[in-house]
Amino acid sequence: MDALDLAKLQFAVTTIYHFFFVPLTLGLSLLVAVLQTMWYRTDNPIYKQMVKFWGKLFLINFAMGVVTGIVQEFQFGMNWSEYSRFMGDIFGVPLAIEALLAFYLESTFIGVWLFGWDKLPKGIHLLSIWLVAIGSNISALWILIANSFMQQPVGYQSVIDANGVMTKVQMDNFGDVITNPNVMVQWPHVFASGITTAAFFVLGVSAWHLLRKTQQQDFFRRSANIATVYGMIGIVLVIMVGHSQAQHMVETQPMKMAAAEGLFETEDPASFSLLTVGDLDQREEVFAIRIPRLLSVLSYNKLDGEVRGINDLQAEYQQEYADRYGEDAEYRPPIAVIYWSFRAMVGAGFLMLGLAALSLFLIYRNQFTTTRRLLIVLPWAIFLPYIANSAGWIMTEMGRQPWIVFGLQRTEDAVSPNVSAEMVGLSLVIFTVLYGALMGVDAYLLVKFGRRGPVEETLDAA
Amino acid sequence: MELYDLWFVLIGVLWIGFFFLEGFDYGVGILLPFLGKGDKERRAIINTIGPVWDGNEVWMITAGGAIFAAFPHWYATLFSGFYLALVVILVSLILRGVAFEFRSKDDNPRWRSFWDWAIFGGSAIPALLWGVAFGNLVQGTPIDASMNFTGNFFDLLSPYTLICGLAGLMVFLLHGAIFLSLKTDGVIRTRAEGIAQQLVVLVIAAAAVLAAANYVYLDLFSKIGINPGLMPVASAAALLAVGYFVREKQYGWAFVLMGATILLSVATFFWFLYPNVMVSSTNDAYSLTVETARASDKTLELMTVVALVFVPIVLLYQGWTYWAFRKRITAESTLEY
Repeated sequence: MDALDLAKLQFAVTTIYHFFFVPLTLGLSLLVAVLQTMWYRTDNPIYKQMVKFWGKLFLINFAMGVVTGIVQEFQFGMNWSEYSRFMGDIFGVPLAIEALLAFYLESTFIGVWLFGWDKLPKGIHLLSIWLVAIGSNISALWILIANSFMQQPVGYQSVIDANGVMTKVQMDNFGDVITNPNVMVQWPHVFASGITTAAFFVLGVSAWHLLRKTQQQDFFRRSANIATVYGMIGIVLVIMVGHSQAQHMVETQPMKMAAAEGLFETEDPASFSLLTVGDLDQREEVFAIRIPRLLSVLSYNKLDGEVRGINDLQAEYQQEYADRYGEDAEYRPPIAVIYWSFRAMVGAGFLMLGLAALSLFLIYRNQFTTTRRLLIVLPWAIFLPYIANSAGWIMTEMGRQPWIVFGLQRTEDAVSPNVSAEMVGLSLVIFTVLYGALMGVDAYLLVKFGRRGPVEETLDAA
Repeated sequence: MELYDLWFVLIGVLWIGFFFLEGFDYGVGILLPFLGKGDKERRAIINTIGPVWDGNEVWMITAGGAIFAAFPHWYATLFSGFYLALVVILVSLILRGVAFEFRSKDDNPRWRSFWDWAIFGGSAIPALLWGVAFGNLVQGTPIDASMNFTGNFFDLLSPYTLICGLAGLMVFLLHGAIFLSLKTDGVIRTRAEGIAQQLVVLVIAAAAVLAAANYVYLDLFSKIGINPGLMPVASAAALLAVGYFVREKQYGWAFVLMGATILLSVATFFWFLYPNVMVSSTNDAYSLTVETARASDKTLELMTVVALVFVPIVLLYQGWTYWAFRKRITAESTLEY
């Protein structure tokens, strides 16, 4: 593998890993803030117990999100220096603003919250967890503003040199950059997936305790109730916004949608793929089961409408960018990966919808705590949001290939020219080993404190 | 003064904030295994920086982001050039960050000892390497005509840059010892004060070596002449005053003057560097300057508004946290981490 492949792999490994921890931080910070508000208003000690118990698990996870985030900021310059030069005038801005507006807020007030128990007035202490939750979610907004520019560049002007070559892009209209239509669908999707991740985490841990009839049954019954409602809201939002996002993608990045659907030839009305097997060259379909018209319905909310296929788009782009990259350049992303990650994401999403709906129904019927089969499944369902979150990003980022910034710069032109394959390889090995080890430690602590339950907190309160 | 000059100053301000705040965090982290006898004392030491270390670290993240936004070429050259050094810094910061959170979550003495040493290493290594990195910025590194660093990791280690690194490390150690003298009580305080007494002489010696090295390695005679000007002299005076106040056991004043020393030293460093942001040792003409590395006017205008609004707000609420957690800590206090 050359430096480019290794740099891509490193980006994939470190980003997916970072995003294991982020959604739980986003959703759980908000949930803990809500629980603490309930404690503040009712003075009911069970809410304080919930804040303490779920808050402890939140903190273990939070630390991992923070430290892996630093790598993300450094990595653009380290592995992608040409990208940084080309895009820095626009891309650096949301990153810097993210730090100023959001990182300071969440990082300062996480300390205030953790150390402020019994030291600060209750109202100030409550405010501090809200500032953590707001800071985290604003931080996600700014990073997605940056990412949205890569998906759908807006508000820029190109800088052309004497030879007519585009050397970089510059800020033209910052208002357009932050109101990018892409971020309007992407942020709500990520926000809601954070809620969903946190809800399934709390629901899974609670179900584990309810099944084993550990102490504090009332605590976990109530936690499960809250998590189910929270998860239902989250997953319905995720799916609704995801639908809008897909429709937006058909317009702005049709190749990504065509790859996600394994749609090689343009269709009108377009069919939805249940299973598609393509040939090894990614040029045509070998076998497929398709539902007629469904893709048109999903894309345009009506029974017909053209959805362009991979091969037509490839021909179109070859013509459009011929003067920059020649007539034979490749514009197809790795189709099988996009196709299957899309299915993994959507599949996990609908499974979560089913589980949340079933849990809600059983809670309503007062049968939740006695339905053993569901209680056995729910702890395993903690994996579902993680599968969906990772698959979603794999599809988003790999589906944009060969572009690093859609239509403006290709990934292969973005890599640091002076960083050797040995250097990237070495750092990739170091990060992978370190991240692997820390995953083990983090999982050990989460399981340990998750299983222990809120015992310690009860003693504290007494 | 152009907007990009202002941004050069603002980035200096962010690094000053970082070294002032994270400086004592590093010092406390390095002193941890030596000052804390037994688990309770070590926990108490960690708790002195517990509420603030994460917020302090954001000064570095912001400085990095600001360099990216205001001087994209500086960011690209620096981060791709100092590659392996940054990997080492990242690994250190990752281990240190989780160590604070994980350390007291298990009773096994080996577990706790491992994370204590992670805090030590995760503090000592960056404390040394930031100085090395800054030394390289002023001394110059091989950079070609297309602004790319052409050297390797070992090019970054020279007598001068190692002196910068060690001087930085010593300053952070003293800063940490003074901070602990103010934030702890009982035996830990006594030990921290003792260490500060011993360190202060060494730090002044290290600063003198650094000052001499600046003249030897940086060709300062031709650049500024024998009289270095007000700023470096004031920085030396501030450090001598730290020595005086430590001797007099007035640690509050020593801490304030430590801040002044860090402020003036980093300012001196940026003043030496200007108008370059990265010096090329290959060819003077290849050096990145504030003008060649900068972002567009529009971006800089926008960033100026954002920075002038939010940096004061950050200073206010971070300042408040130090007031809120102003009580001295002992092994008998209620401890978190």
